[in-house]
Amino acid sequence: MRDQTNDFAFKIATANGTGSASANGLIMQAIFRMGVPVTGKNLFPSNIQGLPTWYEIRVSKHGYTARTPIFDLMVALNPATYAKDVAEVRSGGWLMYDSTWPLHDELIRDDVTYIGVPLAQLCNENFKGVRERILMKNIAYAGALSALLGIDPEIILELTKEKYSRKPALLDSNQKAIDLGRDYVHANYDCPLPIRLQPMDATKDSILIDGNTSASLGCLYAGATVGAWYPITPATSLMEGFKGFCQKYRVDPETKQNRYAILQAEDELSAIGMVIGASWAGARAFTPTAGPGISLMGEFLGLAYYAEIPAVVFDVQRTGPSTGMPTRTQQGDLMSCAYASHGDTKHICLFPSDPREAFEMAVAAFDLAERFQTPVIVLSDLDIGMNDWMIPKLTWDDRYRPDRGKVLSAEELDAAKNFARYLDVDGDGIPYRTLPGVHPKGSYFTRGSGHSKMGAYTEDSDEYQEVIDRIARKVDSAADAVPSPVILHNKGARMGIVTVGACHAACVEAMDLMAADGLPLDYLRVRGFPFGDEVRQFLEEHEVNFVVEQNRDGQLRSLLMLETGVPRSRMQSILYYAGFPLSAHHVVTGVTSKLGVLV
Amino acid sequence: MSYLAKPKVHHPSLKKNALGLTRRDYEGSLSTLCAGCGHDSITAAIVQAFWELEIEPYKVAKFSGIGCSSKTPAYFLREAHGFNSVHGRMPSIAAGAGAANRDLIMIGVSGDGDSLSIGLGQLCHAIRRNVNLMYVLENNGVYGLTKGQFSASADPGSTSKRGEVNSMSAIDGALMALTLGATFVARCFSGDKAQLIPILKAGLVHNGFAFIDVISPCVTFNDHEGSTKSYAYTREHQIELVQADFVPVREEIEAEYAPGSVQRVQLHDGSHLNFRKVAEDYDATDRDKSYAYIRKCDEAGEVATGLLFIDPDTKDMMEQAQAVPGPLTSLRFEDLCPGSEALEKLQMRFR
Repeated sequence: MRDQTNDFAFKIATANGTGSASANGLIMQAIFRMGVPVTGKNLFPSNIQGLPTWYEIRVSKHGYTARTPIFDLMVALNPATYAKDVAEVRSGGWLMYDSTWPLHDELIRDDVTYIGVPLAQLCNENFKGVRERILMKNIAYAGALSALLGIDPEIILELTKEKYSRKPALLDSNQKAIDLGRDYVHANYDCPLPIRLQPMDATKDSILIDGNTSASLGCLYAGATVGAWYPITPATSLMEGFKGFCQKYRVDPETKQNRYAILQAEDELSAIGMVIGASWAGARAFTPTAGPGISLMGEFLGLAYYAEIPAVVFDVQRTGPSTGMPTRTQQGDLMSCAYASHGDTKHICLFPSDPREAFEMAVAAFDLAERFQTPVIVLSDLDIGMNDWMIPKLTWDDRYRPDRGKVLSAEELDAAKNFARYLDVDGDGIPYRTLPGVHPKGSYFTRGSGHSKMGAYTEDSDEYQEVIDRIARKVDSAADAVPSPVILHNKGARMGIVTVGACHAACVEAMDLMAADGLPLDYLRVRGFPFGDEVRQFLEEHEVNFVVEQNRDGQLRSLLMLETGVPRSRMQSILYYAGFPLSAHHVVTGVTSKLGVLV
Repeated sequence: MSYLAKPKVHHPSLKKNALGLTRRDYEGSLSTLCAGCGHDSITAAIVQAFWELEIEPYKVAKFSGIGCSSKTPAYFLREAHGFNSVHGRMPSIAAGAGAANRDLIMIGVSGDGDSLSIGLGQLCHAIRRNVNLMYVLENNGVYGLTKGQFSASADPGSTSKRGEVNSMSAIDGALMALTLGATFVARCFSGDKAQLIPILKAGLVHNGFAFIDVISPCVTFNDHEGSTKSYAYTREHQIELVQADFVPVREEIEAEYAPGSVQRVQLHDGSHLNFRKVAEDYDATDRDKSYAYIRKCDEAGEVATGLLFIDPDTKDMMEQAQAVPGPLTSLRFEDLCPGSEALEKLQMRFR
């Protein structure tokens, strides 16, 4: 039997709105503090209270962060999903349940070890009031789990103290609930189980953070002052994160006035309008949204593209089409973002793979938007945005200064003979712009209707075409400025994996597995759009490229075909789009089954 | 929008304001609207209002949506930045610009299609937000650029040029603004410059969203018998509830009014408005009474005009956001970015 110390996964099934999130967070953080690499995936319903919700925790001494579909232990606390949860434990695994009530016979599997803990009974005997009993039941299961998995009790205590330092009454009841669960398990079962934790030293330079929080930090550090938004799952916590950080770091200490403005708009149309208006007037402005918001923003994105106004949009992608599954993840907006709006458009897109890149690309997005005077869309997703990832600590270079692009100051305008808004003075396709309220010579009329390079209205074919051709050159030239792709070459590899965003974690794990099985693969992960030439080169270097992505139609593959000219036959799609984060298992079986056909 | 360049010729005898600028300095390019269009009169009034207020043109930002009315910002203040946005979405652009730089003097020009149909939501929420914007709705009851369809402000029973009868109820922008909590609501007639100019001046000075509905007849598609937005109909049915005189901060009050006939309201910057009441029991600072009075006029088939309501003591969007004074765009980067040390420290939370 393989040693499963620091190498296992478990899943906790509860109903949402009962407080299980804090118990799950406590367990996760405790494992992290033991120095053991850990990631959590929250599979939650589009609902506030009472529906099934799951939390998956993967412990990996190797540092793998992708979701795994194989669970060694199931913590089944929601009778509504018992049958499903029992079926999901691996053969030879364990199942913990609330033994206050007996399990039905049909839920008993011979190949699974059952661990009954009378959580409800313990809490009813020790706590008063319905609400406290429900909340403490969650903390009690955390206590029981800590005994089963061998989590250091000191760390649990430390975390509880940190959390409730200002609420001593809550600290007492939490500590009591933890002890109830732990003591019961110790008294009745052999602890810890073979799936167990042992302190490591692999997390001291890391943090546990979700990508919406890190992206909001990116906005803070990039100097964004205007945030406009319409609440939408799974993007909401990005603006809430920004607000929280602003309240801490952007309030004038003397006057208590804010160095930011957050505008909650009436819809996404208005939110992007505010961003465009603010950017036009010279602020760094952004809006977080999801696919439905991108659909609504289409018209305005075309205006910003054509009138050459910076705008930063975060698309925290969720499952489409239409309302889809709002609390499930997908990469379904690649095409709709790349070419958002009517007419000929193309937008700079950035594709973070984890919260660290979400932070870095948030900053890059503002620089690119202002430098190229065009919208930049950061395509995150629910998995990156809302799950807690273990990532290397975020770092900041204090020498950083925003790239504000070609904006003429009052002095420059004063000295200039004249100003033409859309004239390609430097031959790089990027014209100079001016801000309102700065200088009379800088005035021009911004419009989404036909305009000449001088900034005047036009219906003249040549004048129109001259501008629209230059904009195409300008946006294409951003291929060299967006983050370059991650490319890994492996000895003996003849085929490649090409992927994007949050698929990264599963792909690198799958590549290790396949290399161990004698199938080394090269790897490319695109990080920006328009694609740089190295993307085309990679595709051409490999007879077969497995394009791994999370949507039904192979949107990345389509984009690659359209933009690089590499024929479809060189690219084999490996797709997973059922709404949960991708696992290495999906990639390995995808590649193996394609190889079966190819051979 | 289409326009023709206007020759910049100054007659030496043109009167100059305190900045040394003549009215010509507040003009834009030549209008390409139909001859006799009400919108051109409004443009002229806007030019006059800015000139009289002695505002430096480059400090102004002009916004519009799509439609005949939305072309007009090209026809005034050539030295101001203009933004002709997408149909019905100008208020969000202005809100964003105002958030970035609250020192901008913002004017928005829209039409009844732009404001009351496709852009109704944005208008409503800009009112609620109290964006510091003077919003001029050039209201002709018809879609001009697409040649004569009814707009949402067309009165029930009125007819189109082709003789179709409008069966749907009309959206009255002024009444709607009142119910939404607008802090400045006026209605004017484009043909009445004497009334329009002081209201525009007050709207520019007002701290917050100034909604000005201007009946502005469309000579080409809605100036016929059967229209309730024609020159003839408006002239006949307009009743002026109050005459507002705008008195700038530094000017002495010279006009003499009969006792009890004047209501005085102080504006944000210390200037004030003197209302000469035409309708005796009208109170332009009482929202409910204003609403009721306008409704009564409607029922009598009269078009109530004048500065219908004002609440001078309001907080605009940026005051509500408790933002620092001055433009956010002028903040130093060092005051926005917490730096590496803070980042290191704040990440303790994530361990």
